[in-house]
Amino acid sequence: MTLEQQKETTAPKTNGNAAPEEVKDWAHDYDIFDRDYIKDPFPVWDELREKCPVAHTERWGGSWMPTRYADLFAIAQDFQRFSSRDVLVAPMGAGENAGDEAMDIPEALQNYEVGAPPITSDPPLHTWARRLLLSPFSVQAIAKWEPETRELCRSLIDGFVDKGRCDAAADYAQQIPPRIIASMLGIPKEMSNTFTDWVRGFLEFGLQNAEIGGEAGRMIFLYLWDRIQEHKQNPKDDLITYLLNAEVDGQPVPETHVLGTSFLLLLAGIDTTWSSIGSALWHLAQHPEHRARLVAEPGLIPTAVEELLRAYSPVTMARYVSEDTEYNGCKFAEGERILMNFPAANRDPEKFPDPDKVIIDRAVNPHIAFGVGIHRCAGSNLARMEMRVSIEEWLKRIPDFRLEDPDVVTWAGGQVRGPRSMPVVFG
Amino acid sequence: MKVKVDQEKCQGHNRCFVVASELFELDDYGYAHEVGDGTVPPGLEEKARLAVANCPERAISIEGD
Repeated sequence: MTLEQQKETTAPKTNGNAAPEEVKDWAHDYDIFDRDYIKDPFPVWDELREKCPVAHTERWGGSWMPTRYADLFAIAQDFQRFSSRDVLVAPMGAGENAGDEAMDIPEALQNYEVGAPPITSDPPLHTWARRLLLSPFSVQAIAKWEPETRELCRSLIDGFVDKGRCDAAADYAQQIPPRIIASMLGIPKEMSNTFTDWVRGFLEFGLQNAEIGGEAGRMIFLYLWDRIQEHKQNPKDDLITYLLNAEVDGQPVPETHVLGTSFLLLLAGIDTTWSSIGSALWHLAQHPEHRARLVAEPGLIPTAVEELLRAYSPVTMARYVSEDTEYNGCKFAEGERILMNFPAANRDPEKFPDPDKVIIDRAVNPHIAFGVGIHRCAGSNLARMEMRVSIEEWLKRIPDFRLEDPDVVTWAGGQVRGPRSMPVVFG
Repeated sequence: MKVKVDQEKCQGHNRCFVVASELFELDDYGYAHEVGDGTVPPGLEEKARLAVANCPERAISIEGD
């Protein structure tokens, strides 16, 4: 789809604002935006794994949802039948102000195929698009961003530690990933609150309201296009410059490709890790024994991060059925979507003993919070570093804290699940 | 005992490197390779098994227990 076509697409009816009907049958009519489900999806997954391991719904444009580890693993590996050309559960539509002058689309983007490679790509394009990202996101390259991350965490804590309370989601978790990814890309981190608003508009609200989603998507694309033009004039030591200078088979990478990849990095770098950090603090706020253990043994934090990723995996990507096919008795039709419920896979008792128990030093933990197969999250090393550093710095200064009121915590759900407001009190 | 990383399966999760950095190394792209010919020095057998168990891609195998 081009940006122009995106303007003209009408939103599917299911994306309207009418109050959703209550779910009575999760196996055949699930709703990933159901309020109770967003808050506590685990009992639903347990029931589905037993009764109907690949559930189906007509809601939000229709999709299938596997919940067993073995099925998620198999479908993720089968990228020929299960394409990544569309990784969102609901198609995006037109924005209300799509015709406004302010949203005029530059000539170079008139026929631009909207995409976020490599997450929205299949091989062979995927192979080189991903390879471009692997070096700047390797463990060694990400280690260079640790001091800035640590300094940022410290300064955020400085801002609220004396008050004895804060919103651990909005004042802390939410503030970290946008600034680091902005620094890495080479765009102003002072604008990180705007980036966060755009990303929430696209991923959090946009999936339920195609107009908001389409509008937010265009804002991000057009903003990044301008930054890319600036970087061409003034190259810097950052990811946008790196992508502009990159060559594939002796040819420069097209600028529109740089745009799509920058879009992905901004989007994926923000609310996923913010959700993970938030969920980790939500857990620690309610488990003094785990806090005490990690304060006493900070060397255990990387292991704890893996367990918190397993238990509170934030991300559910989609796959697109590329041909009519049958999988374990389910007839998938071409064009249907599969919701890759990696979070449910990570709670599968067939794979993990005591899956609903957070075992802070769980030694065997082959979780697939970052997906599995050729689309393994390219930013996983960045996410792990941000989670580890943000927990280390928090526990150094605030070893003791609790939820002010568990009932006022708000959660975002859909394809990225995590706390959005989480008041905590210290000591 | 020897460990081996199947390069067709490894997707660069880096879990083996974290669990057993004595036995695995990473290339510039983050893909894992066994150190040397994969021979596990005495005392590191348990780490080798942990690396196998933690690989989400099931890319690591052990020869000769």
